[in-house]
Amino acid sequence: MTEETVTLTKKDFESGEEVRWCPGCGDYSILTAVQFLLPELDVRPENMVFVSGIGCAARFPYYMQTYGVHGIHGRAPAIATGVALARPDLHVWVIGGDGDMLSIGGNHLIHALRRNVNLKIMMFNNQIYGLTKGQYSPTSEVGKVTKSSPFGSLDHPFNPLSIALGAEATFVARTHDMDRKHMQATFKRMHEHQGAAFVEVFQNCNVFNDGAFDGILKRANRDNMLIELQHGEAIRFGAEKEFGVAVNEFGEPRVVDVEEVGVDGLLVHNEHREDPTLAFALSRLSAGPTTPTPVGVFRDVQRPIYDVEVQAQLAASVEKSGPGNLAKIMSSGATWSIE
Amino acid sequence: MTIDTPVDPTTETLDRVVIRFAGDSGDGMQLVGDRFTELSAAFGNDLATLPNYPAEIRAPAGTIAGVSSFQVHISDHDIVTPGDAPNVLIAMNPAALVANLAEMVPGTTLIINSDSFEQRDLDKAGLTVNPLEDNSLAAYNVYQVPMTSITVSATKELGVKPRDAERSKNFFALGLLCWMYTRPTKPVIEWIESRFESKPQVLDANLAAFKAGRNFGETAELFDHPYEVRPASLRAGNYRNVIGNVATTYGLVAAAQSAKLPLVYASYPITPASDVLHELSKLKNFGIKTLQAEDEIAAASIAIGAAFAGSLAITGTSGPGVDLKSEAVSLAISLELPMVILDVQRGGPSTGLPTKTEQADLMLAMYGRHGESPLPIVAAYTPSQCFDAAFEACRIALKYRTPVMLLTDGYLANGAEPWLLPDLDSLPDISVEFATELNHGDEFWPYLRDPVTLARPWAIPGTPKLMHRIGGIEKSGIGLDGADGSGNISYSPENHEAMVRLRARKIAGIANDIPNVMLDDESGDAEVLVLGWGSTWGAITAGLRRIRARNLKVAHAHLMHLNPFPKDLGDVLSRYSKVLVPEMNLGQLSRLVRAEYLVDAQSYTKVMGVPFRAVEIENKILEMLG
Repeated sequence: MTEETVTLTKKDFESGEEVRWCPGCGDYSILTAVQFLLPELDVRPENMVFVSGIGCAARFPYYMQTYGVHGIHGRAPAIATGVALARPDLHVWVIGGDGDMLSIGGNHLIHALRRNVNLKIMMFNNQIYGLTKGQYSPTSEVGKVTKSSPFGSLDHPFNPLSIALGAEATFVARTHDMDRKHMQATFKRMHEHQGAAFVEVFQNCNVFNDGAFDGILKRANRDNMLIELQHGEAIRFGAEKEFGVAVNEFGEPRVVDVEEVGVDGLLVHNEHREDPTLAFALSRLSAGPTTPTPVGVFRDVQRPIYDVEVQAQLAASVEKSGPGNLAKIMSSGATWSIE
Repeated sequence: MTIDTPVDPTTETLDRVVIRFAGDSGDGMQLVGDRFTELSAAFGNDLATLPNYPAEIRAPAGTIAGVSSFQVHISDHDIVTPGDAPNVLIAMNPAALVANLAEMVPGTTLIINSDSFEQRDLDKAGLTVNPLEDNSLAAYNVYQVPMTSITVSATKELGVKPRDAERSKNFFALGLLCWMYTRPTKPVIEWIESRFESKPQVLDANLAAFKAGRNFGETAELFDHPYEVRPASLRAGNYRNVIGNVATTYGLVAAAQSAKLPLVYASYPITPASDVLHELSKLKNFGIKTLQAEDEIAAASIAIGAAFAGSLAITGTSGPGVDLKSEAVSLAISLELPMVILDVQRGGPSTGLPTKTEQADLMLAMYGRHGESPLPIVAAYTPSQCFDAAFEACRIALKYRTPVMLLTDGYLANGAEPWLLPDLDSLPDISVEFATELNHGDEFWPYLRDPVTLARPWAIPGTPKLMHRIGGIEKSGIGLDGADGSGNISYSPENHEAMVRLRARKIAGIANDIPNVMLDDESGDAEVLVLGWGSTWGAITAGLRRIRARNLKVAHAHLMHLNPFPKDLGDVLSRYSKVLVPEMNLGQLSRLVRAEYLVDAQSYTKVMGVPFRAVEIENKILEMLG
């Protein structure tokens, strides 16, 4: 048996380093989902690089038996861009939290997405700063009482998917830490996408923001609160599929009773629409994890991939002008000799 | 190159001349200065230049704030500075005259565009009386030349509108100066023809203006005779003219080639560093990847990612950008990855003087990071020497797996001089070996160090079995004499102390791998030592030549390595009773050497956004010699 055909297992992706998240943290189930998934994908551990910034989520690379960089706060998408730029052959996954990626690192996130660098970006959204012990985050709801907002936060929160779609990310999806199967399916799609992919993972911080997503993720609530997006199918949810999403007269998707509009009146989900407008509108359907919220793949389109294009530009230049000759370039233009 | 027109028998030979073209920033002074420089370089003169322009792309026309100038010093012998003061000033308008007159010594020459001294031109320059009429210029050789009107009439037949024609007056000035200094005209004509190929009317107008300027000199009988400055007898070899930013670019490319590594350059546009990004961006067929990042922080972070992935990673900027990169640089220090941070220094603080030069980032390079975070510092000292400094910065970064700060400055970046082209084959081999095997039983320890350099192994993604994680958290990374080199997170107090000291020891140890101090002490018994670093080299060298011409003794030590210092620096300093440290800051190197060697170094500083003049150094040394 050659090395190429050795079947990998979950264990092959575990670094063996002691996992140090708080007991009960949602990060554990995300880590497990990733470690279960990777052996199913056609990747060798040595060809994977996990890059992170700072925060609880950012400890992720330490637990992966792959190459990894635990960087600085907010800069993971930039560091990862450097890895992918230098080596388009690698699988580069970026892990971070809502504070890391939307506050201090918001700029790098949107630019990595607009450039369409071949990065798989997973943002664990727990709507709180965990590692610094419980301050409100850029996704915390208005009025949130925390140590740094004892009278309630006045900050209007970001909608992470709206940000990603606004930056014209070519792959945008959402999943949550309560459903390993859904996570694995979503991460697999993320991996298969060529170009920048952004996945928001609803993640429970049981210490500083416990139950933030209970309104939609508690088993009893899921049927009526989670809207599973399926490409090519009418958007429906509810125990009896009695609810759906239809577009109103302003072009805005709204939750409707299927009985009222009829099945033909429902919006048919199309991940591959070039124009991100409708996907953006879908991301606005829920203002927070308290009303029916879509999960799954919002957008999956193709656009030239930055790191691949960079490589192609170099190759085209060699093709056109031959390989660079430094001595020749240095002595081009006016030169003179002194005997 | 030979002169393509008959030499006037009355031609007077000069050994050197300093010419300053000055006009409004829309007048194209940098362009004609560049042309005159290229011509003189190709003619074989030694030369040095000093471009000086406002930060605004178009400051209010005709005002003193909008004056742009280009000074070029040409000679028939080895020179090291752009000259203290011009022998000839070309002033295209009253503001250019006013802004530069204070630097003109009586007896020097003013060539003035007399067409631009109308009342409104005078108003814009803040003049109440016309200096061409009030006898205030009596001490100078003043030549009033109606440059604009001659240019307009010379281009009339071409059907060029007068307003457009006026724009060619800089080529008139260039033509006139080419006649005055017996420059070959063919290269200029060829350059105009190729540069303006796509705009035939502009091409024709510029050509007509250039020829008109030349003919004016020859026929107007305003000037007694032309001058010539013969080619200089420099060291044998092939030369070209080069500015510092271009030399830096080629130094980085040469380092990547010698290291056999792909070059990644991530940068954010900033004056005066952007030209390095521009130059590298042209070299696609060298396999060089350039990325114009979303900000300075991203540029540094991208370089770190590229370094982790096995590239020679560079990020370039100027002072304000270094501030922003400092957190990432600290990460690179903790990760112990090779990387070069180019800082083309400019006047600060804040936006300061973006187009002017200064050396005030030395302390920033040395200490401008949180925690104990030492890194090597290499500083270039002439425009062409930026090549060697860039190569050296890369060599150290790669060998010691450390970020290195490469300091140049605005004067070096844009200043030009002839460059004896180096033999690329003779450059040292700085290639590195990536780790390929496990190094600790069945484990890979990313911090198991080389006992001599203390560098850690560089294992790049894609290498089977060597998967590892590195990060900014303190780690078990001693990796010497059996100590843990796993790189695993460690908060142990003893480990942190050992790691802080080890990182410092690694950088300090580089002193064993750099040359001794460059010392120029002709007689060997000078009492005064001038210690310099960076771009003050030219002014110090020229100042010393003057001192020595007076049969006085003075020594000059110049530093290219600012951290660590050359091993013998303390010994050298102790041999002189007086040490003078001229710097374009408020005494940063002098503080470092005072602290390090307890030497009573005298600081001599200037922060005007322009280099020292040789005479300033000369006078200061004379004062010290008593």
